[in-house]
Amino acid sequence: MRLPCPHCGSRPADEFTCYGAADPVRPAAGAPAQVWHDYVHIRPNPYGLHNELWQHVHGCRRWLVMTRDTRTHAVLGARDGGSRGGGAA
Amino acid sequence: MSGVRAAMNYSGLALLREALRGHSGWGPAWRDAAPRTEYDALIVGGGGHGLATAYYLAKEHGLTNVAVLERTHIGSGNAGRNTTLIRSNYLLPGNERFFEKSMQLWEGLEQDLNYNAMVSQRGVLNLYSDDGQRDACVRRGNTMRLHGVDAELLDLAQVKAMYPYFDYRNERFPIRGGLLQRRGGTARHDAVVWGFARAADRRGVDIVQNCEVTGFRIEGGEVRGVETTRGPIFARKVGLCCAGSSSRVGELAGLRLPIESHVLQAFVTEAVKPMFDGVVTFSGGTFYISQSDKGGLVFGGILDGYNSYAQRGNLRVVEDVMEAGMAMMPLLGRLRVLRQWGGVMDMTMDGSPIIDLTPIRGLYLNAGWCTTGFKAIPASGWCFAHTMARDEPHFINSAYRLDRFAVGAVLDESGHGAHPNRH
Ligand SMILES: Cc1cc2nc3c(=O)[nH]c(=O)nc-3n(C[C@H](O)[C@H](O)[C@H](O)COP(=O)(O)OP(=O)(O)OC[C@H]3O[C@@H](n4cnc5c(N)ncnc54)[C@H](O)[C@@H]3O)c2cc1C
Ligand SMILES: [Zn+2]
Repeated sequence: MRLPCPHCGSRPADEFTCYGAADPVRPAAGAPAQVWHDYVHIRPNPYGLHNELWQHVHGCRRWLVMTRDTRTHAVLGARDGGSRGGGAA
Repeated sequence: MSGVRAAMNYSGLALLREALRGHSGWGPAWRDAAPRTEYDALIVGGGGHGLATAYYLAKEHGLTNVAVLERTHIGSGNAGRNTTLIRSNYLLPGNERFFEKSMQLWEGLEQDLNYNAMVSQRGVLNLYSDDGQRDACVRRGNTMRLHGVDAELLDLAQVKAMYPYFDYRNERFPIRGGLLQRRGGTARHDAVVWGFARAADRRGVDIVQNCEVTGFRIEGGEVRGVETTRGPIFARKVGLCCAGSSSRVGELAGLRLPIESHVLQAFVTEAVKPMFDGVVTFSGGTFYISQSDKGGLVFGGILDGYNSYAQRGNLRVVEDVMEAGMAMMPLLGRLRVLRQWGGVMDMTMDGSPIIDLTPIRGLYLNAGWCTTGFKAIPASGWCFAHTMARDEPHFINSAYRLDRFAVGAVLDESGHGAHPNRH
């Protein structure tokens, strides 16, 4: 498997590590327990397109947001994680 | 019940009789039933867990007006794709009592089912390479013994005596000893599926294949039945046993589950003469191996690490697994790998399963088996049947509540936190 990095081009998947879903937004520190529970434990698990955080650890070390199809593993796009905003995942 | 035909009892005498008449009298092991419109209870998913649940509902709770609804054919999911390790060497009390119940059921399973599931208690050995791993083995072994389960700490000489052909000069992951559970071992995956299917069928359960559940009938917070590709089917109790598809099926009922689907791969080599008579794990569990009765060496490693519903993985993990295997046992390099495959694992946020009621009355959940649900099949069926029949968990599955994440009562055996791809 090869993955696209917006900075380094198409690279072998061994250079990357997957963190997980990119869409959940970190709640405020004082948010109710239920909101934190949702954020920490109830993650998206779509059958199809999934936005997820990968780090190009053995490359430019940037965090990336990849859009990947969980049915086929095809990557439809990748952008720098800095564009994501919203704090850590 | 009408239409139930008691399948022939399997015995030495039956074998002899059939041998003398050209094996013409065996007949199918279970009926490929057409769905009726109403049952007392439905099980969604005909893997190991679904079939075992149906069997114990009938056997332990007298509920025989039951159907198992399977999307394709029974055993087509992870039940038919796993590497068949069975063991009860867990650390946390909530897990250990459950997996030991399963081990005890395995020990009497073949007589109970009247089916040869090829349960083989050949011993499961977890190797350790450093002081940290050794300490973890000592702690786990002691916890097991406190639960009345067998565990032995082996030193290097004892491991060498069992497996003389490991690489004992490996600098990076030196083998220093191991934790052995002699009662652990393997069973035959397909036979477990077929054995439970036949035993459930003999008690009147309908096994309905090519019947996908596509929706739920829920009225006033209570389940009334399901929509399927073979029409609606009504029941007041519906149990979900959908393993890797749990999130998708749960969503049809409006449930959002603490589960991600991930791919796990396994490998088998060409068949060789018996040379590896136990089960061994290496390098902190990132590699494990056994030899099947057909002679192939069966081995695997860890998850690929990204969400997946594709029943296949990638070369990166293939390489990792092969490297770990070669580091432990260099002779592996002389064998050809014949097959490699993947299955979709229902990974929870703490790495432990869920057997519980749901917020919808009459809808029950059995899911989150992660990479270790084969060994759990007997106890899972036993506990889920209890939970469905009595409307409350049994003590043995009482740690497997769905709300444990919200209340902070997680069962995180490996200590990796809410990262399903790390469990
Ligand atoms: C490569 C690999 C190695 C493994 N090794 C081990 C091991 O050594 N030891 C161990 O203990 N565990 C192991 N496991 C884990 C174990 O196989 C699983 O945890 C266990 O089999 C899951 O339970 P099941 O048998 O009920 O699942 P499955 O067999 O997957 O059953 C679920 C069923 O639900 C059906 N289904 C899904 N959606 C619907 C629907 N909408 N309607 C109707 N039916 C539906 C599916 O078709 C499927 O048949 C391994 C798994 C894999 C993939
Ligand atoms: Zn890069």
